[in-house]
Amino acid sequence: MAFDSLSEKLQSAFKKLRGKGKVTEADVREGMREIKLALLEADVNFKVVKDFIEKATMRALGAEVLESLTPGQQIIKIVNEELTVLMGGAGAKINISPKPPTVIMMAGLQGAGKTTTAAKLGGLLKKQGKRPLLVPCDVYRPAAVQQLEIVGERLGVPVFKAESTKPVEISKSALLHADKNGNDIVILDTAGRLHIDEELMEELRSIKKNIDVTETLLVIDAMTGQDAVNAAKSFNDSIVIDGVILTKLDGDARGGAALSVRAVTGKPIKFVGTGEKLEDIEPFHPERMASRILGMGDVLSLIEKAQDAFDLKKAEELEKKLRKQQFDLNDFLEQLEQMKNMGPIESILGMLPGINQKALSGAKIDEKKLVRTGAIIKSMTKKERENPSIINSSRKRRIALGSGTQVQDINALLKQFEQMKAMFKQFGGMKKGGRGKMRFPFA
Amino acid sequence: MGFFEKLKGGLEKTRQQLSTRTADVIRLFTKLDDAVFEELEEVLIMSDVGFETSEDIIERLRQKAREDKIRDGEALRGALCEIIGDIMGNSVPLEVKSPAVILVIGVNGTGKTTSAGKLAAYYKEQGKSVILAAADTFRAAAIDQLDIWATRAGVDIIKQSEGSDPASVVYDAIGAAKSRKKDILICDTAGRLHNKKNLMDELAKINKVIGREFPEAQKEVLLVLDATTGQNALSQAKSFAGAADISGIILTKLDGTAKGGIVIAISKEQNIPVRFVGVGERIDDLQPFSAEDYVKALFE
Repeated sequence: MAFDSLSEKLQSAFKKLRGKGKVTEADVREGMREIKLALLEADVNFKVVKDFIEKATMRALGAEVLESLTPGQQIIKIVNEELTVLMGGAGAKINISPKPPTVIMMAGLQGAGKTTTAAKLGGLLKKQGKRPLLVPCDVYRPAAVQQLEIVGERLGVPVFKAESTKPVEISKSALLHADKNGNDIVILDTAGRLHIDEELMEELRSIKKNIDVTETLLVIDAMTGQDAVNAAKSFNDSIVIDGVILTKLDGDARGGAALSVRAVTGKPIKFVGTGEKLEDIEPFHPERMASRILGMGDVLSLIEKAQDAFDLKKAEELEKKLRKQQFDLNDFLEQLEQMKNMGPIESILGMLPGINQKALSGAKIDEKKLVRTGAIIKSMTKKERENPSIINSSRKRRIALGSGTQVQDINALLKQFEQMKAMFKQFGGMKKGGRGKMRFPFA
Repeated sequence: MGFFEKLKGGLEKTRQQLSTRTADVIRLFTKLDDAVFEELEEVLIMSDVGFETSEDIIERLRQKAREDKIRDGEALRGALCEIIGDIMGNSVPLEVKSPAVILVIGVNGTGKTTSAGKLAAYYKEQGKSVILAAADTFRAAAIDQLDIWATRAGVDIIKQSEGSDPASVVYDAIGAAKSRKKDILICDTAGRLHNKKNLMDELAKINKVIGREFPEAQKEVLLVLDATTGQNALSQAKSFAGAADISGIILTKLDGTAKGGIVIAISKEQNIPVRFVGVGERIDDLQPFSAEDYVKALFE
């Protein structure tokens, strides 16, 4: 997960500072050096790092830190604040034109993920009640048009059938089509291009000259290195962008490009791509990201994710069952499935504060265990799931065979289930005492 | 146009870029002091060589400058090229015997499909018979994309429908390569982020199928790296090496302003040679890598 290793670095840099009663100027500079290295390793542009460190050091050397009783904390606060400032203010939204349709143009280097992101954005806007139209303006890459057509169809978002092979002509006629068909959003997927390719940059300018583009979004790969500033600056100078979408954030790149791009263009990062599925697009939250860099965890994102994945109605039903002590293996299985909906365990744990990121590599085994547990329960009959006490040794052998596990695994699972039930019993008692809703029996 | 000219051509488009800056640093210095070394280190970091490797290179350069009593810019440049050349090792062109399987792997968007198509054209040009396997069955229209490249290169292609098992596509392709007596089988695979365990397992399975079904073939696993990628490329190389023994790197998109300096760090840490570079969108814009030319282009 992006930024994790960076927060790890910063955490260790500040560990030393935290233990101290009073820091000297040398301590501050030492801590800042660690931050500088961490930021460079995270691919934040060299010049951006230099400026950042200078600013943060100046502030940290101010009287407020050196005289403070908790100088380490103060420095962390300063670095956090400066990082948040660098990444921009509150989350930015897509500009919607008062006179529809709103035209969104995607631009970027080859392989950044423009086509996928165009479709994801279309799907997101459709969910918000808009009527988007996807327009294939990538007339160069082989099969780019087919790609957009396929992903559009999967999302149920219409894709404009272009007759021309000239991007300007295509976008003009797509606009007419949108007018006729009541599409209030038009998303132009353009070809990937190098920022130094004058001819192709001129093509984008000419689209903007010929039609009213409301929002120009630059798509940037989170894995981009030092060159991110060159690309972002050239695109912004040449076609003037309104915002940035950062893709492939589900990788383990530290995503320093986010900071660089923001610093050189001054334009906000509006969305992030977080997975291969077409719904994996999220608004960007600079303040959360900065907190995460500093190892304070991304609790807000976690809560949102949990709310999305957990079906409220089912949770209430479960609560009722728990109170009546009717919780059975069917419910257990359902909970497992819901946990899987939240995504890989590592990514969930990564959002929690105070988790040592290195220890997370071990978390992968648990995910396998989840799958295995699911397989065991699925190999049981309906009766067995409702009343696990009837599972005798011959049933256990059958279940083990069916799920490709050992009898010991079945025993372990049943024991775990009994323990859990006992635990819920306690919770149930507390519940009457007026405790809040219990939503995460497994978290 | 040769590799060096292409690269230099790309560099010339952006005069303010790395090469010129280095040249300025080297040409303009009057006294070989800390400032010169610091500037050079900065230049290396800005071309994605990475902090650690850059520091190491500059340390070696300082030592060499002392030992050889270097005074002028030309000698300093020579020393720098020599040090980086040492790290990258001698580049020998990839020798492919018949039969051979080339597995093309990498994260999303680095240019695997394009590179697979260009590789097919490259080997066909050399008189080999080539067959492509469309084992990226995940990304929408990836099969169509490779199909177009196959037509352009004039080679056969083995494909199944989207969503089918990539290992089974490779299995079929191996059968076809054998029965049609093709020299080289080139397998395109889906882009995958290296931290996704199930996708890496899938790759390991493809790799295993090749080893099992075609043991007599020379196996090459080429990792496609985007030159714009930063330090994450190290992590990519490490993880992909865990799933399939990487035998070389294809460095793509070198025609932009990015220098792909991370390959120097990868050479240093993992000793994986760069085999090809992508320097443009045309079918013949894939060329054998030359460390000497690469380093020269970095600092010319």
